[in-house]
Amino acid sequence: MSKFLEVNNLSISFPTEDGVVKAVDNMSFSLEKGKTLGIVGESGSGKSVTSLAILGLHKGSTAEVSGEILIDGQDINAMAENDVRLLRGKVMSMIFQDALAALHPYYTVGNQIAEAYLVHNKVSKSEAKKRAIEMLDRVGIPEPQKRVDDYPHQFSGGMRQRAMIAMALSCNPSLLIADEPTTALDVTVQAQIIDLLRDLQKEFNTAIILITHDLGVVSETADDILLMYAGKAIEYGTVRDVLQKPQHPYGWGLLTSIPRLTGDPEKSLAAIPGTPPSLISVPSGCAFHPRCSYVKQVGTACSSSIPDLLPVSAGAHHLVRCHLDTAAREEIFRSQVAPNL
Amino acid sequence: MFNYLVRRILSGVVVLGIVSAIVFGIFYILPADPARLSCGKTCSEELILKIRHTLELDQTLPVQYGRYVKGIFVGRTYLKGSPAELKCSAPCLGYSFQTNQPVTQLLKDRLPATASIAFGASILWLLIGLSSGIISALRRGTWVDKLSQGVALGAASLQIYFVGLVLQFIFVNKLAWLPTPGYSSPLHYPLDWAKQMALPWITLAFLLSAIYSRLTRAGMIEIMGEDYVRTARAKGLGNRTIKLKHVLRGAITPIVTVFGLDLGGLLGGAVITEYVFNIPGLGKLSTDAVSNLDLPVITGTVIFSAFFIIVANILVDLLYAALDPKVRIQ
Repeated sequence: MSKFLEVNNLSISFPTEDGVVKAVDNMSFSLEKGKTLGIVGESGSGKSVTSLAILGLHKGSTAEVSGEILIDGQDINAMAENDVRLLRGKVMSMIFQDALAALHPYYTVGNQIAEAYLVHNKVSKSEAKKRAIEMLDRVGIPEPQKRVDDYPHQFSGGMRQRAMIAMALSCNPSLLIADEPTTALDVTVQAQIIDLLRDLQKEFNTAIILITHDLGVVSETADDILLMYAGKAIEYGTVRDVLQKPQHPYGWGLLTSIPRLTGDPEKSLAAIPGTPPSLISVPSGCAFHPRCSYVKQVGTACSSSIPDLLPVSAGAHHLVRCHLDTAAREEIFRSQVAPNL
Repeated sequence: MFNYLVRRILSGVVVLGIVSAIVFGIFYILPADPARLSCGKTCSEELILKIRHTLELDQTLPVQYGRYVKGIFVGRTYLKGSPAELKCSAPCLGYSFQTNQPVTQLLKDRLPATASIAFGASILWLLIGLSSGIISALRRGTWVDKLSQGVALGAASLQIYFVGLVLQFIFVNKLAWLPTPGYSSPLHYPLDWAKQMALPWITLAFLLSAIYSRLTRAGMIEIMGEDYVRTARAKGLGNRTIKLKHVLRGAITPIVTVFGLDLGGLLGGAVITEYVFNIPGLGKLSTDAVSNLDLPVITGTVIFSAFFIIVANILVDLLYAALDPKVRIQ
């Protein structure tokens, strides 16, 4: 049986005046109901563009999307805009990073949640409002009967994100995409929101794609991790594999750059040298090679050919895109990376 | 809210005071002698002195201004105690040098024509401007958009005296579809009123709807890039609901602002329109007063139009509060 969500060979590019931007290049991943996939990468790595494609939100724009996005066997990418529209909010929905910008400033929170419910359900306005109150209650907004008539700016940051979640879940979707849901929030509220998502996932058996650059959040919530760099998947596996036995030099860089309470306070944090590449002129070969410390061990292959996304060992579900061979990676990890974790 | 309104009205009164003082001061500096102007052709030094006294021009400027302001609020009496005593009841803006009619009465007589132009034209330009702007925004980049924005750009660059005269030449002189523009009371002759007003309305609407069309299009295109519009799509809303509810609602506020100020400005006198079509409104009153150096009338019309602009500003701010919940709460 095929999985609930299957993305096969997804590529997304945007024609611009300066050239074609390859935002996502040949991505494949899958997700079961009730499970969480964390997509991790820095700004511009293609995380959000991927998630918008799963909702079919690139339709009608200049973006060129190729590949398959199968939800319950239906290919979103091949469907007409109007057919995808009927699935949005109902089968798959999304919560956005900046809830203040993502909520309409001139409509009440209740109105916006009820609207999401009304599109997909043949109910009266008062029933939809009742649903809005119920959802606000469910996501932990106190006095939902009163707050339902508030405008977004009257909510605190955490409450706005809760309201977004209430809106996204109002039709019990099977897939929820959370695009950096906690980035704009302070740490205690972040934890509350993550807990809330986890509880709701248990209750409704929702599949969640969590898009973030925060490895801490992923380690707490995700089952699988997909690491992205310059529009490509560079490492894909279970949380345990990717975080405890990371295989890609970029992943090593991310992990060693996390400050630790037990570390030496005088020592400066490890950083990955250089900056993420421009997607118009992606470096030749492995896109990460200009920033990679291990190019010398491999030689010219790094700058001349793009490595494939291959299993770490035969039959393993842990995939990595790197020219270093497994033995070399294990040696580097043991001697240079692990001591710094 | 009530306190806010009171504050706004008080500050409006202060602004009116400043405007009137400036206008008053400018005319005092003018090389024209009001007494000589109202004296006529056969004029002796003696008569000028007498008139100067009658008009209270022999007083100092602050005294004159003080009496003028007092006249607005409580009325004033010229030549008190003399047999020629002249009572001018509040709001008194003095008498026209030219016709000797009270300025207040002149303003009252001329307001309906100006208001007819302003309201009629504004309905027309809102309809045309908003709808063409919305269509342009929805069909961005298509020939519909290019055509309507091209016309809008052309229209916005034209002038009333050009468009007005061309339209008058075509529709009145050549085709004779419309009567010569003018003003008749809409209460007694509604059909004549509409026919005579048609050209001023169309001319003004032609030019102003161009601005509103561009404003609406730009506003909607800007809002279409907002995150909350993406959210609306992610909810599964239809394109029509997204554009006409979420996008238009976000774009309408600046349009309302500009509309309020345009309407307020026009109510003070659609100067060029009235002049071109020779319509007896406030604008015509003020241009005539300027060419005759009829100082009390000029002062009166300036204060009157300042009044409308201030009222329009206050109304726009109140509308803002109605449109934007963030303003309402504060």
